[in-house]
Amino acid sequence: MKDLSLHILDIVQNSIKAKALNINIELEILEDNLVLTINDDGCGISEEILKNIFDPFITTRTTRKVGLGLSLLKTNVEFAGGKVQIESIKHKGTKVTAWMPVNNIDRKPLGNLAETIKLLILSDNSMNMTLKLINGKKTMQFDTTEIKKQIDGVDINNNEVINWIYEYINEGIIEIFGGVLNEITC
Amino acid sequence: MKSLAELDAIRKSALENMKVRKDNQGFKIVIGMATCGIAAGARPIMNAFVEELNKRSINVPVTMTGCVGVCRLEPMADVIDENGNKTTYIMLTPEKVEKIVQNHIVNGQIVSEYTINSTQAVF
Repeated sequence: MKDLSLHILDIVQNSIKAKALNINIELEILEDNLVLTINDDGCGISEEILKNIFDPFITTRTTRKVGLGLSLLKTNVEFAGGKVQIESIKHKGTKVTAWMPVNNIDRKPLGNLAETIKLLILSDNSMNMTLKLINGKKTMQFDTTEIKKQIDGVDINNNEVINWIYEYINEGIIEIFGGVLNEITC
Repeated sequence: MKSLAELDAIRKSALENMKVRKDNQGFKIVIGMATCGIAAGARPIMNAFVEELNKRSINVPVTMTGCVGVCRLEPMADVIDENGNKTTYIMLTPEKVEKIVQNHIVNGQIVSEYTINSTQAVF
């Protein structure tokens, strides 16, 4: 994967497959690390699978015998001097956390996170998704439940609404991470 | 910085514009968005479908699905018509997407050379 936004898209696909109704994505600058957390209330992962979750030949799917998503994330994060942790409780949900040194030259750039969120909403408008960006005292929170309330009578998939969401997230990224994540300029 | 208050004006405008958008003509588009698809460039392909349809003010749902087991043919998309007939397009690019929307969605003509049945998809 070229950037973190593609990893986020990939992991959220797992949450959707796990029938999650609520998906929370958080990106925080914590000391010298960029911390990515994806939390869902899907069906969770059994202890047996969880033990080998980063093994590319472990998957719950039946269409193929490989599950590359988490294994690729771990490889990319560790290559940049970071680490990944997965916690899951069967029938409760799963939490994926990745810590990456912000200034490591091998850290993957954030990428087009706004496009990832936009397309996830378009693909499944029934789920509730939040995106939280945190850098010290600066925070930005996006919540599809709040948006749906504001646009009462209009689908969140509506083109004008989706374009607004795309721009809102992009502005938030620049505001919160501009100049800190060196790939994002103010 | 944008504020949620702006959504009220967007809501009013969207309600007006909904009246002029064309019906979905029974089509549905499904993009392969598993790890293999994403790594092969499925996200810009899905975005290209969304933008092409919006350009023409056509309402067609564009959704994602997982891996169908032919990762080497990604990025892939299924165009499903009102009768449930599925056409699978493979190795997509934004340029191919433009032609698929124009020919298949707008004019009802399948773009055979981009489908899984074309000669380039011999297993």
